[in-house]
Amino acid sequence: MITLNVNQKSYKVDVDPNMPLLWVIRDVIGLTGTKYGCGVAQCGACVVHLDGEAVRSCVTKVSRAEGKKIVTIEGLSQHNDHPLQRAWQEIDVPQCGYCHSGQLMSAAVLLRENPNPTDKDIDAAMAGNICRCGTYLRIRKAIHLAAEMQRKGK
Amino acid sequence: MKQHSAMKPTNFPLKTITVMAIILSVIGIMTTAFKARVSPGGNPESSKMKRDSLASVQAFMDVYKVLMSPRCMNCHPAGEAPLQGDDSHIHIMNVQRGKDGTGLYSAKCSNCHQPTNVPGEHTPPGNPKWQLPPGDMKMVFQGKTARQLAMQIMDYNQNGHKNKEQLLEHAHDTLVKAAWNMGEGRTPPPLTHEEFVAAWNKWIETGGYAPAE
Repeated sequence: MITLNVNQKSYKVDVDPNMPLLWVIRDVIGLTGTKYGCGVAQCGACVVHLDGEAVRSCVTKVSRAEGKKIVTIEGLSQHNDHPLQRAWQEIDVPQCGYCHSGQLMSAAVLLRENPNPTDKDIDAAMAGNICRCGTYLRIRKAIHLAAEMQRKGK
Repeated sequence: MKQHSAMKPTNFPLKTITVMAIILSVIGIMTTAFKARVSPGGNPESSKMKRDSLASVQAFMDVYKVLMSPRCMNCHPAGEAPLQGDDSHIHIMNVQRGKDGTGLYSAKCSNCHQPTNVPGEHTPPGNPKWQLPPGDMKMVFQGKTARQLAMQIMDYNQNGHKNKEQLLEHAHDTLVKAAWNMGEGRTPPPLTHEEFVAAWNKWIETGGYAPAE
C-alpha cells in the first residue's frame, strides 16, 4: 500500500510502485483533470505539482510521490478562482482545452516564483507545454493578466 | 677546431653555470605552479605524487576525449541551455540553466529527469542529481581546447572548489557515472568508466599537467 496526499486529501492505493503517478491519479483515484499526452515527458499535458514543482506525472513513478504533497488541476484553487483560472476564462484561452490543465499547472509555478514575468520569462517557463491548437499568444496574454490580478490582490 | 676546443675549459664553467641557473630557475617556477594546480585548495606539500609531465598529458588526452563526448559535454554547455543528443543540439523546450543550475520555474531539470532512466529510446535519462553547473561557476566544456579544459579543472576557483582529493573522488560521482548509463539511443563515452577513472587518476597523480596548445 502506498499513501498519497493529493489535493490535501490522503489516499491509500494498492499499486505497483513503478506505476506512473498519472495512472494512479486518473485511473485509481479518479481525478481525470490531468491529461495523458505523449507519455514521455515531451508535451506537458500531465503536469501536476509535487511539493510545489511542476513534474510530468506520466514519467514520475508513484513511489517518488510518496510522502510528498501532490496538487492536481482540481486542487489548484478551492473554487476554480486562482488568478490564472480567472484570466484563462476572461481571455477565453483554450480551443480544444486538452493541454490546458498542464498549461495552468506550469504557469502557476511561474507566477509563484516570478510574480511579474516578462515575455522571456513566460517562454522559459512554458515552452515545454505544447498546445496543438496553437493558443500560445492567448496563454501569454492570460499569464500577464493573472500576474496583474495577483499583484493587485484581486 | 683544436684551438677552439682547447679554449673550452676556460669558458665552460661560467657559461654552463649561468645556463644551468636559468634552467633550474624556470623549472623551479614551473614546478611550484604545477604543484599548486594539482592540489587546488589543498596543501601541495602533502602530496606524494610521482611527477611525470609526459604521462600526465597523455592521460589527460584520454580524459579529454571523454569530457568532450556528448554524454559529458551536453551538460557543460557554453551557453545557458543544456544540449541534447549525440549531435549536441540545444535542448528542446527552451530549457535554461537558472541560477543554481537546476532549471527555471516550471522547466526545472527534475520535473522530467527522474531519479532513474525512463524506458524507451530518447526518453529522459535519469539521475537524482540531474542539473547543469550553477550560473556562478559554469564549468564549460563546450568549445574548450585540451589545454584550456585541463587548466580549468585544475583551478580551484573554476572547478567547483574541488581540491585534489575531491577531484579524484569526483570521477566516482553518481552524476559522472550516469554518462555510462544514459538510457537507450545514446552513444556512451569513448572509454569505459574504469578506463576513464584510470586515466583521470593518472593525469592528476602524475602532476595534472595541461597539454600544450
